[in-house]
Amino acid sequence: MSKLAISLTINGRKRGGLAEPRLSLLDFLRGDMALDGTHTGCEHGVCGACSILLDGVPVRACLLLAVQAEGCHITTVEGLCGADGAPGILQDAFIEAHGMQCGYCTPGMLISAQALLAENDDPSLEQIKDAIGGNLCRCTGYVQIIESIQLAALRLREGPS
Amino acid sequence: MKPAKFDYILAESVDQVVEALDKGAGEAIVIAGGQTLMPMLAMRLARPALVVDINHVAELSGIEVVGDELIIKACTRQADALASPLIQRHVPLLAKAIAFVGHQQTRNRGTVGGSLSHADPASEIPLAALTLDASVSLRSVAGTRVVALADYFLGPMMTARADNEVLVAVHFPLRAGPVGTGFHEVSERRGDFAVVAAAAVIALNGDGICRTAALAIGGAHGMPRRIAALEDRLRGSRIDAHAIRSALPEIAGALEPGADQHADGAYRLRVAAILAERALLDALGEAAP
Repeated sequence: MSKLAISLTINGRKRGGLAEPRLSLLDFLRGDMALDGTHTGCEHGVCGACSILLDGVPVRACLLLAVQAEGCHITTVEGLCGADGAPGILQDAFIEAHGMQCGYCTPGMLISAQALLAENDDPSLEQIKDAIGGNLCRCTGYVQIIESIQLAALRLREGPS
Repeated sequence: MKPAKFDYILAESVDQVVEALDKGAGEAIVIAGGQTLMPMLAMRLARPALVVDINHVAELSGIEVVGDELIIKACTRQADALASPLIQRHVPLLAKAIAFVGHQQTRNRGTVGGSLSHADPASEIPLAALTLDASVSLRSVAGTRVVALADYFLGPMMTARADNEVLVAVHFPLRAGPVGTGFHEVSERRGDFAVVAAAAVIALNGDGICRTAALAIGGAHGMPRRIAALEDRLRGSRIDAHAIRSALPEIAGALEPGADQHADGAYRLRVAAILAERALLDALGEAAP
């Protein structure tokens, strides 16, 4: 089968491309859209490193075909930055509270945390654990990741300083 | 970890789906949420010639009460089912079970029908649906047939669905009067497939006599398994914690558990009885006035 045309919105910008049906959305984002912030981990839906927001909800990009994203709105980790490209509140909190070690899981953690904080800026510990339950950190830096999300939530509640 | 080549159809109607499956003659496969099929494609355990995408078939999505049934259309997302007030009210056992299914990222895509089609012997939705006496409707170019889940699961990842059929909905009978339910499982991490799981339903008459007793075990047999001998012992009697405990030995006789990297068969039988007791006690606690 020949390649199919895809048009979609990524991080607020209209984008388009061609994809074989078998191409995953993850490979399309990294290879064709040059958005390699989304990480390739297990490629079978276990690790969460490739998490993105699809029409506002977190999903695994390795478990979607690129052609299935036709017409969708996607946010990747690059889309969490401010308009000037500087880190957003959540990313800043990860830097400050040491929410990463090797950094491999970080894009997925950020996406899961972003989805949580968009709905709830005062999450309980259990809610945070549940939100990142599908993201593996092989450095096992979970405590600092949770503290980073709590810091970001605090700053969101306090509003712009 | 890249799928082999396949052709792709984005279907817009069930008619289009079943025509494609019929022409595909066993080489075509349906993709719904893709949370199971995509890994199988990536690992090349599945190598279909044609993938038929049902995500845009509007008639395959939604939850509704029709007559004396609650109907969940096949492509309904697990996340939507988990949040559904209709499911909370009419089939709370299913809501309890879906809370154990995967993570938010997978529930946002994964579907109720997909879980029933894949029929993993340890998965939660088939277990809860079997316990609730649900049935599935399967459609092909020849028409629609309804199959009770008791006749639907044939073995690990094997069901009565033919290659040219698509699962269009699952039907849950509505029960009159108060019903208690319980669901417990053991898994390595929250969100993983269960090593063993137990689902229970109990309803009592006004005089406290057990009118309905249903217990099923997942992960300890080639398919989710009702424990009919235990149900028979409880039904028609006045039940308490002691009666439940004394009926638990019936469980082992109904199961032939396998062994894998998670647990051996003896462990599964032991845990099945413990989880069954917890699920039945929860159900009894809810059922008692």
